[in-house]
Amino acid sequence: MSKYRITDADLPFAAEFKARPVGFHSPGLQRVLNVLRGGPKAGKFVLIVQKPFKKWILGRLPSGRGEPVEILEGEEFTNLEEAEWAVFKRRWAVQTGRELDL
Amino acid sequence: MTRILAYADRVGARPGETINVMVSCDGINRYDVDLIRVIHGDVNPEGPGYQAEPVPFDFGGPKQGRHQPINPGSYGLVDDHAAFAGLSSLTVQAALWPTLPGAGEQVILCRRDPESGSGFRLLLDDDGALAFELCSNGSGTVIVSTGKPLLAEKWYVVAGGYDAATGEVFVGQTPSLDYPRTDDAGFSSRATAAGLLQGKTAAAVMIGAAPASGCPAEKHFNGRIDNPRIRSRALAEDEIKELPEPDNDGAAGDDLIAAWDFSIGIPTDHITDISPNRLHGRLINMPTRGVPGRKWTGEEHNWTKRADHYGAIHFHDDDLYDCGWDVDFSLTVPATLTSGLYAVRIHAGDEEYFVPFAVRPVPGQPTSDIAFLLPTASYMAYGNNRIGIDFSETEIVIGRLIQLNKSDLFQQEHPELGLCFYDLHNDGSAVYYSSRLRPIINMQPKHMGHLGGVGSNLWQFNADTHILAWLEQLGRPFDVITDEDLEAEGHDALAGYRVVVTGTHPEYYSVGMLDALQDHVNQGGRLMYLGGNGFYWRIAYHQTLPGVIECRKSEDGIRTTPPRPGEFYSSFTGDYTGLWRRNGRAPNVLAGVGMVSQGFDISAPYVRTEASRDGRAAFIFEGVEDEVIGDFGLSGGGAAGLELDAADIALGTPPHALVLASSRRHTDVYLMTPEDMHDPVPGMGGTEAEIIRADMVYFETSNGGAVFSTGSIAWAGSLSHNGYTNNAAIITNNVLIRFCNPAPL
Repeated sequence: MSKYRITDADLPFAAEFKARPVGFHSPGLQRVLNVLRGGPKAGKFVLIVQKPFKKWILGRLPSGRGEPVEILEGEEFTNLEEAEWAVFKRRWAVQTGRELDL
Repeated sequence: MTRILAYADRVGARPGETINVMVSCDGINRYDVDLIRVIHGDVNPEGPGYQAEPVPFDFGGPKQGRHQPINPGSYGLVDDHAAFAGLSSLTVQAALWPTLPGAGEQVILCRRDPESGSGFRLLLDDDGALAFELCSNGSGTVIVSTGKPLLAEKWYVVAGGYDAATGEVFVGQTPSLDYPRTDDAGFSSRATAAGLLQGKTAAAVMIGAAPASGCPAEKHFNGRIDNPRIRSRALAEDEIKELPEPDNDGAAGDDLIAAWDFSIGIPTDHITDISPNRLHGRLINMPTRGVPGRKWTGEEHNWTKRADHYGAIHFHDDDLYDCGWDVDFSLTVPATLTSGLYAVRIHAGDEEYFVPFAVRPVPGQPTSDIAFLLPTASYMAYGNNRIGIDFSETEIVIGRLIQLNKSDLFQQEHPELGLCFYDLHNDGSAVYYSSRLRPIINMQPKHMGHLGGVGSNLWQFNADTHILAWLEQLGRPFDVITDEDLEAEGHDALAGYRVVVTGTHPEYYSVGMLDALQDHVNQGGRLMYLGGNGFYWRIAYHQTLPGVIECRKSEDGIRTTPPRPGEFYSSFTGDYTGLWRRNGRAPNVLAGVGMVSQGFDISAPYVRTEASRDGRAAFIFEGVEDEVIGDFGLSGGGAAGLELDAADIALGTPPHALVLASSRRHTDVYLMTPEDMHDPVPGMGGTEAEIIRADMVYFETSNGGAVFSTGSIAWAGSLSHNGYTNNAAIITNNVLIRFCNPAPL
């Protein structure tokens, strides 16, 4: 669990992520991602495959075994990079209290 | 949701042998069964796509669907006996190390008729306090609790009983350690009617659970029980604070009805009563044995040397060994079926479930120089893993959002499918046993995993179909044998095969399996290790029970959680466990390379080294002009990725081994392994640490044999690129062709 706190100084890393959500990242972006992609399991955003390699819908993990994964109706994606960016922005807002305007 | 589940009683068979298949359907009344030869299970549209060859086989028409339950949770079971029938007064005693006190009622020991309810139970109540319950047909239920919750993972002597003469029901808990300001010792009693146990009760004794109606057991205890016993008299309050040896406790010997000594028969599923009554029992769903008991001092870590220190059994409410389903249909392997990987496909409408199995050739009649070694032990090790649904950190190590498939959603809602070596028990303890006598939903074609990298995202079974499809398209016959064949027959299982081809991630090896492969290469055989992180963990197969392996991840290595102290020896064999590297046999000895890093986002290419120009390696690179190898692929977009092995002479890489090519730059989700992180310093990620690379290695062995290793799980995902015409495929083809040539290397 990261103790790092994201601030406005990390805004360049958000832009870096938007340009390349998966792959090589700068150390600064990796530090931000360790926060945004970490955190507790309960409520964690996941992608639920609706059509393999074509369509996904956003979901959230439950806290305990046996409970269903929450499916966020309407939050569908046909592109994985768009899904990464959408989740990044939501997590950023939760961590900083501010929406990303990029 | 998945509405068909199934498993088979074996993972491989020869012509004439029979495989039994057990099926459970949910809301499906009829299903059909087909037989297929599995070729390519990857549905990624960027690759060759799903490929299976239908095989004519008469299963006798559609089958009737029925539901068969899975009943997890371990316990001990002792059949009813006349010695119990005479009980009027009694005391139940045990040493107890609870792991989830307060998580609902948990029964420590009971003898209770599930229909009438009459009998007794020693239990932890909803609050986690010790309680004793007496149930009488005529007089209702009396329950007495200490009212003081036990602390988790602390030893207590616990007792409860009934005095038939006075009508007193009593219960007491005595901690082994006294903490100031902690009030966890207690004794309570309540006067009730005399003679309550006089009625007839026909019931088994259960240890660690209670009988239930509609299923075998309920109210499973989580934690350790050591030396439970039953006496036919009510012990006094000062007597129940101790748990002396039954032989020299000073009590009247004839009041001892039963005293189970769990330090006897640790490798078995039997429990032994050392009282004169010899009320032996058996264990259901394989609770963990060979774990420190109340007497463990830390001076001895090997249970074979001080079994008396290992008198505990750790019960879990999520243990599962054998679903025990009834057989739905059988398949006797016809003589016409060539060796290979097959599966029965059970289907109804859009629902389908695959049960894969290997077909071996007739004994002594290999049909090829080539044996593909299906790594069934590693499939079991990952069986029904919960990596994508239990661990938040998975997203960090895969460097992208977790994708959940239909089977993941089903598994999340059905934890009764059981656990594997990547999971934690509900009480947080490490999982040591994994069974295949249950549906393993991630051991099917078409299945997508979580760790397989950007692209196909396959892991273990389905990733290995990348290699099988490569072999199929070559048009060369090949035989398939399984890890269980290697375990059972040793080197004999490989007799007649010049080349053994591994899967992508043959990580889990028993000593017998490792010996067999080492013998193969020492005696002139050839090994193509087309994977990464192979030969890493030492496992043991159970010596008498089928379909179950043990792995304790001692010392270090990449693991979900370490074993607790004193638990580094296998309960199945008494052998030391952990990494093969820590057992003096690093993977480098056999394969020339050993595990150095993992990361599950993108893969990298290899770059050839000067050693690749060595004349000894000329056959490998024939037709390859490129310097960069495998800058493409379905598993992360490169041939070097996911889990990486590197050469290291200090760990056993032969000094004459040629490092032909290496990957260079990986992302920083690739990190060094704990076993290499002796003194952590910054720079242990894939962009900085020199050790984080895949080495492609070749070396000759004694008697004309040789080893070729890719040191990367992702390698197989590159083979199909451009219609199997690419430098990774050419290299692999070249090695296979030369390795099939009997001329010494």
